[in-house]
Amino acid sequence: MIDIDKWQEIFSSIRRHKLRTALTAFGVAWGIFMLVALLGMGRGLEKGLEYDFRDDAINSLWIRSGTTSLAYKGLKKGRRIQFDNSDYDLIKEQFPEIDAITGRFYISGSQTVSYKDKDMSFSTRGVHPGHQILENSIMLEGRYILDKDLDAVSKVAVIGRIVRDDLFGKEDAIGKEISIGGTIYKVVGVFRDTGSDDEMRNIFIPITTAQRIYSGKPEIHQLMVSGGTLGLREMQVLESKIHNTLARNKRIDPKDEKALRIFNLAEEYQKFTGLMGAIRWLIWLVGIFSILAGVIGISNIMLIIVKDRTKEIGIRKAIGATPGSIVRMIMQESIFITSLAGYIGLLLGIGLLFALSDVESDYFRNPGVDLRVVVTALFVLVLTGTLAGLIPAIQAARINPVEAIKSD
Amino acid sequence: MIQLKGIHKSYQTEYNSLHVLKGIDIDIQEGDFVSIMGSSGSGKSTMLNILGILDKYDEGEYILDGNLIKNLSQKDEAYYRNHLLGFVFQSFNLLAFKTAKENVALPLYYQKVDRKVRQELALEYLDQVGLLEWADHYPNQMSGGQQQRVAIARSLISKPKVILADEPTGALDSKTSEDVMDIFKKVNAQGITVLLVTHEDEISKMTNRVIRLRDGIIESS
Repeated sequence: MIDIDKWQEIFSSIRRHKLRTALTAFGVAWGIFMLVALLGMGRGLEKGLEYDFRDDAINSLWIRSGTTSLAYKGLKKGRRIQFDNSDYDLIKEQFPEIDAITGRFYISGSQTVSYKDKDMSFSTRGVHPGHQILENSIMLEGRYILDKDLDAVSKVAVIGRIVRDDLFGKEDAIGKEISIGGTIYKVVGVFRDTGSDDEMRNIFIPITTAQRIYSGKPEIHQLMVSGGTLGLREMQVLESKIHNTLARNKRIDPKDEKALRIFNLAEEYQKFTGLMGAIRWLIWLVGIFSILAGVIGISNIMLIIVKDRTKEIGIRKAIGATPGSIVRMIMQESIFITSLAGYIGLLLGIGLLFALSDVESDYFRNPGVDLRVVVTALFVLVLTGTLAGLIPAIQAARINPVEAIKSD
Repeated sequence: MIQLKGIHKSYQTEYNSLHVLKGIDIDIQEGDFVSIMGSSGSGKSTMLNILGILDKYDEGEYILDGNLIKNLSQKDEAYYRNHLLGFVFQSFNLLAFKTAKENVALPLYYQKVDRKVRQELALEYLDQVGLLEWADHYPNQMSGGQQQRVAIARSLISKPKVILADEPTGALDSKTSEDVMDIFKKVNAQGITVLLVTHEDEISKMTNRVIRLRDGIIESS
């Protein structure tokens, strides 16, 4: 019963002060819109950067060899360094703390891969079993390369999902024989990868098999080590220890930066999370200030409202309005306006993010926003705006009716 | 109905204190029709504000319908204003954005009276002041006399014991002034105490009792 009257009061007041109401509403809606947009964009940026790391085990070292740039122990500079099985064995033996290790053997050029009458081109790599962990590969069927494959130098292959789809279509791939560059391999597993589609265009074979068929030497083109749960500090220690070990084994000057390069993904990831943290912090700072601006706007306009309505409030008090009823009247109106406007801002912000949700560029993809955060922000905005309006409302309630009625 | 005993009131300004009421003693019986007269600065408006519980006094006692009106909370003040008193102002003071009917019904809103009952009573009281056809008009569509009659209807709807009117005819011509005074007489005939402030002799002559104020004291009553 009483509610109808309250709403009537609110709407009649809004009708009387269209411009003022519109300005308040715009301020609030804009504040929330900005916050939603900012948080969403930040999320998109974060996702975009995170995406670059998705493919691989984050806590890993990528070790590549090059050409010596310093003479060392009677060896001339300009010597080409090539890893081999002894380096792999050495690291595996000396560093029990590592979670996984793999070598990679790149077969030069892309090989023609055939099944029945289909000929296609995919790249093939020789790997150790640890490669699965380093690449975050997930088995869809069958198994990965195992130690026994390496021992037996078996001609088995693990293929990516796209390779399977392209070669076999709907046919079952496991146990089938394919030809890679003229050599027959048995397919033992199909994997998918969290990284890009290109990762699923790969074929992996036992590294020993690759070495025997394509090189004749036990060479390894790249080594990758995963630190598992090791911390950043431990990863840095591991990096330098491995560096020294390999340098000694290959007789390289430990200061030679060209002969041996270790890329510490953990360090990069740390930099990235540090950067993201800073960006997130900045976004929140901007968001809080935009909310603050909204709050100041609301309280400003609330002051004007009360000033505007001094006489009306005086009359209401003279005919029996309690101070509480005056405060409630003003608060309800402002809560209604701010909530509605905030909600509209929220919808617009979400609409914008929705429109951008398909964007997938290098550093920006799928912006989204934590709705709970935004609703909290909206609540905070309305609450603080209302609290800010409470002071003028209480002042309004203290208005002396005599003076108010005389005023114009 | 109304008893004032030794009422003093001073206003503090920045540099000095202005002693407006210097010991007022009045006793007004229920059903009386009283006018308060005095030149400007005599303290008559201040006295009316104190009677209307719109202003506080410094010394003395004010008893309204058996209730001591002193050091009340704002809520209690609002309660007495709402239930015992009806106000009529010189400048009508209707809410411009409400119709005559809504204006008249407003005091009952603060008594939490049911909406439908409010509407019906408002029409009834508008009828009493002869403005039933104007129920849905806004104040700016009415003449001064009509607006004042709406204001009187508004002051009556809460069935007050006392009507306080501050120069109710001050903004009206003599013909409409008479109409308004006729309404006050009718109201008084129903047993409601009417107290009005005026500086016009013709108006005060229509009341049963005249209280004259001069420099904050009662000259005659």
